This record gives sequence, C-alpha cells and structure tokens, in this order.
Amino acid sequence: MAAISVNKISKSYRNIRALQEISFEVKPGELFGIIGPDGAGKTTLFRILTTLMVPEEGTATVNGLDVVTDYKEIRKQVGYMPGRFSLYQDMTVEENLSFFATLFGTTVRENYDLVKDIYQPLEKFKTRRAGKLSGGMKQKLALSCALIHKPSVLFLDEPTTGVDPVSRKDFWEMLRRLKKQGITIVVSTPYMDEAVLCDRIGLIREGEFMRIATPQEIIGSYQEILWAVRSSKMSALLAELRTFEGIKSCFSFGDTLHITVSNEQLLPATLKSILENNGHTDVDVYPIQATIEDCYMLLAK
Amino acid sequence: MSTLKFLLEKEFKQFFRNPFLPGTLVFMPIMIILIMPFAATMDVRNINVAFVLSEQSPLTNRLIQKISSSEYFNLVEVTSSPKEALSLMEKGSADMILEVPVGFERKLTREGKGDLMLSINAVNGAKGGIGTSYISTLLNDFVLEIRDDLAPVVISSATPVIRVVPRYLFNPSLSYRTYMVPALITILLTLLCSFLPALNIVSEKEAGTIEQINVTPVSKFTFIIAKLLPYWIMGFIVFSIAMILACVVWGLIPVGNVATIYLLAIIYVFAMSGFGLVISNYSATMQQAMFVIFFFIIVLMMMSGLFTPFRSMPLWAQYITAFNPLRYLIEAMRMVFLKGSGIQDIARNLFALIGFALFFLLWAVKSYKKSN
Repeated sequence: MAAISVNKISKSYRNIRALQEISFEVKPGELFGIIGPDGAGKTTLFRILTTLMVPEEGTATVNGLDVVTDYKEIRKQVGYMPGRFSLYQDMTVEENLSFFATLFGTTVRENYDLVKDIYQPLEKFKTRRAGKLSGGMKQKLALSCALIHKPSVLFLDEPTTGVDPVSRKDFWEMLRRLKKQGITIVVSTPYMDEAVLCDRIGLIREGEFMRIATPQEIIGSYQEILWAVRSSKMSALLAELRTFEGIKSCFSFGDTLHITVSNEQLLPATLKSILENNGHTDVDVYPIQATIEDCYMLLAK
Repeated sequence: MSTLKFLLEKEFKQFFRNPFLPGTLVFMPIMIILIMPFAATMDVRNINVAFVLSEQSPLTNRLIQKISSSEYFNLVEVTSSPKEALSLMEKGSADMILEVPVGFERKLTREGKGDLMLSINAVNGAKGGIGTSYISTLLNDFVLEIRDDLAPVVISSATPVIRVVPRYLFNPSLSYRTYMVPALITILLTLLCSFLPALNIVSEKEAGTIEQINVTPVSKFTFIIAKLLPYWIMGFIVFSIAMILACVVWGLIPVGNVATIYLLAIIYVFAMSGFGLVISNYSATMQQAMFVIFFFIIVLMMMSGLFTPFRSMPLWAQYITAFNPLRYLIEAMRMVFLKGSGIQDIARNLFALIGFALFFLLWAVKSYKKSN
C-alpha cells in the first residue's frame, strides 16, 4: 500500500487554479521531493494532504486514510512543518516541544530517541524563547516539534527557504537519517540543487506535475546538446545568444549561461570564435552535464 | 480533557508573559471605577454669571447674594453696562448674563411682577439647558423667600402658592456617579471577556500558529474553549474587584441580589464572546479585527444609554439600540444596583441577552466551519 496516494486533486482560489487534477503516489519510507517555483501550488498540496484544506475535486489518502473523511486519524499519524515558522515565539524551546508532545498525548521523553539528533544542539538554549532563536535553530526546533509524536509521514513545506547553505546541508543530512528510521517524507523546495537528494521528485508548475521520476531518470532522459557559455559581457551575451541561429534556448545559471543547441554541426570552438569576432572577450564555451534545473527549464518551455 | 488542561496552561503562561496584558488587567478596574466617574459626569457646576444692574437696591443685593452663594454659580462681575457683560461672555469668562432692568424692584413691589433678562451661552447645549433650569429654580426660591416681605403690600393672603418638594427615589442625592458606576463596570466585561479572546485568536491566525494546532488532534471546540476560559475567569475576577472597589470607594452597595448581577453578567459574556468569535472568524489580521472591534465598541457604548438615556434618542435611533446587547445589560444592572429589581423585573432584559447569546454563538459556530 502506498503511504500517500493522490488521485486527480484540484483546488482553486476564486478564479485561480492552484492545483489541476494532480495525481501521484509516495511509497512507504520514501523521500519524495516536490520541486517548483513559488506559486506552483506546493503549499496548497501540503495543506490538502495535512487536512487543513478540502480539495474541490479528486481524492487523496495518507496511510490509506481519506483526507476528507478520516482527517482526525490522519492528524495523529502525520507531522507537518509549515513554510513559515509557526511555533509560539513567546514560549521557550522546551515549552514548545513539550506542549506539542502533550497535544498528541505523548511526552518528550517517550519519543526523545527520534528527535535526539535534531534537538541536541538546541538543548543548551532550552530556556530561551523560540522567537529569540537564529533561523537555523528555529528550523531545527520546528522539525523537532513536527516529529515529537512519532509520525509515520512527515510533510515539510519549503524547510530550507531562507536558511544558509551550511544549515541547508545539515538539514538534508537530518532528513536522510529520519528516512533510515522508516519515516515517509514529503518535502517541497524551490531549490533545484536539493532535488538530487530525494529518492523521487515531482516537477510542479502552475498546479500540474510535469514529470515524476527519480532525479537520475529525469537527468538521464535529457536529450539536448547542452553547453555552458561565459564571457566578460554577460548581459550582451545573453541577448545575442537568444537570437543566435541554431540555439534553441539560453538561460542564466549562476555565473554562466546554459544553452541548448539545435544545430548539430555547430561546435563549441566555432561558437567561441564567432563570439570573439563579435567583440566578446574571455569567451568560454564547453559541453556540460544537465542538472535538474536544465530539465525543469526544458519541460517548462 | 487533559488536552484542555495543557492548552489552558499555555494560555495563562502566554498571558502573564505578555509585557502589557497583566498590567492592563490591574489598571483597568482602577481606572474605570476610581477615575472615570469623575470624568463621566453630567453635573454642571461652576457656571459663571455676570450681572447687569442699572440700579442697586436691597432687593438686587439679596438676589446677587442668593445666586453667588449657590455651589453651582460663580459671580464674575457686577456691571451697569450690558455691553461689558456681553464682551465677558465673548471672552468666555461668563456663561450667563442676568440683566436686572430699571425699576425692577419698584415694579415687583407695586404690581407683584418683575422681569429679568437671562442670556446664556448655549454653545454647550447641555450646560446651557441645565444652567437655565438651575437658575429658574433658584429664582423661584427667591420669590418665595421675599414673598413674605412683600405680602403685606402686594400679594393678598388668598394667593395660592404651590410648592413642589421633590423626593428623589433610588438615588436620593441625584448623584451621577451612582448612576454611572454600575454601567461602567459592564465595559470591563465587554473588553475582557469578548474582545480580548477574539484578538488572541486572530493573533494566532496571523502568527500562523493556529495551523500548527490544526494539524494536531486537538478539536476546534477544545481550542476555542481554551481561548475563552482564561479570559472569562480573569474577566469575572476583575468584575468582582470593580464591584468591591465601587463599594469601598463610592459606598455603592447593590440594593438588589448580587447573584442576579452575576447571572446577567454571565449571559452577557456568552453573547459577547460569541460576537467576538464571529469577528475573529472573519478577520485574517489583527489590523482588521482591531478596526472592526473599535467601531463596535463605539457603537455599543454610544447606543446603549451608558452616557445619555436612550429614551431621549429619536425613535429610529431607539430601534437601533434594540440590537445592542450592552443596552439590556446596562439597563438591568442599574435596575438591580439602584432599585433592587429582581429577576422578574429584568426578565425582558434577560431574555434579550439569552437571545443574543444563542444568535452569536450559532453564528460563530457556522462561520467557523465556513472559513475552513
């Protein structure tokens, strides 16, 4: 039985379609990533699966329980960490944790093993108010509170947004460890580089999944010729490449431009000399391996 | 049940950690019972009177004496020039000009009548009106006083004189304070028991913490009860403190049964808590909720007969007050406090409040479901 099964779910706000007939399944113990930009419908999907919102059409089950009719039972079995820090800022670290434990009829001591790794760095601040913690600490506390009742399914809505790169890496390390304990994890993120850390990912755009597969499958199915291009005048380069005959697409990726080439006769060295003739200096053109972001861009076209 | 206990524990913890709320809780009854009655007074005192006398006589001297010795009037000027008196009023140092015309005493002693001219600054209508009635009473008194002196000359002993001696029931000293305090106490209940929990719920919405609670097995009903209960408890403690203060400071002991007062208060708190919940259900932000609450506080207070008797409002406005729960509470509180009315006497008010309670609580339950 699937841990989560979603069947043609739709939801609109007034006349905006947030979700359009979304379907997918998550296997027990899987780390499933929902990857997409802001406004793609990620939070709406989470709110439906955590029983905070009722879908307009379609059905969904979590641990075989219907999100509409069995919402009470689901709430006992899942943990949810909203995108926004939603703990009581005027209560201490310790009070927040034990408060959420008691709401589920359990105690911190009973499930301490599960949160130990995450909560340990917080122990020395346990009498500090939650509002006075740093961003990374807040996130650790929020995760501890979402885990303290030993949920079998964990929903994390953009847990790494606004978190520094080191803490982000830490956080994914924690998720890996939780997965080992058999917890099913659904995590959303706008950061494409985090996608490869998931078992399977769904690329979401405007309320629809474009593709659901393992990150390797998605990268493996990328058929385009992909090059990175760099020069000293990047914005002029972008404008030029976008109108260049034989280049299908051109996007900015950090300090390089990624281009897909339709003209198979074109060679990196040829393109380089053409660009140098057009007045560019320090030109660099080389073939690269596709990333999830390249795949997303291709699918989103 | 144990969930409720933990939720309550959390609410109290948060309340007492708040930098403002506990202090306000202590300050509010003190402010309302000790200071407000001085501010909310309709007694008009210190009316400044200027006299315009064209001639001095023993009778006019006696009149001046009579008026200036009253605690309500201050004598500012005795002049012979009406112009000067008027300029005093324009400057604001005189509220009232009493002009005694030439030949007043002669006319009074010969013909038995005399004319006086009274000019009143009516910018403040209430002060003008009340001042007029005070001075009329004073002048009538004056006439009765001098009647005996004049009687042998003018008034035949057969002239009937009606002397009205008022006996003020329920509030013998006509104290406005006695009238205001029972009503002011109700404001405490309104603010503490209905609007404060409503704002608290909205603040959880705004902070997003309500989401985190909603994904736990805590039922909505338990959550709301945990929100209301602390404020009900604190509200009634403050309400009781206010009644004790009223008794100690103003000597205002309810004539009626204290249990009746609490019964009224409890039903009113149910009604207004429901109303507060309705507001919290429709508001997403504190700003929204605050603004709506502010508006309703003004309407509730102004249309309740708190300051001005609603019977003197135009009829259409009186119909509006019929939808104001505070009106029924204030009316009944004054009846129980001052007249010692029992349950039967205030049955109409009780039923109205029960109606409001049912209406708002049902609406609150309905709108809560809708918002999810």
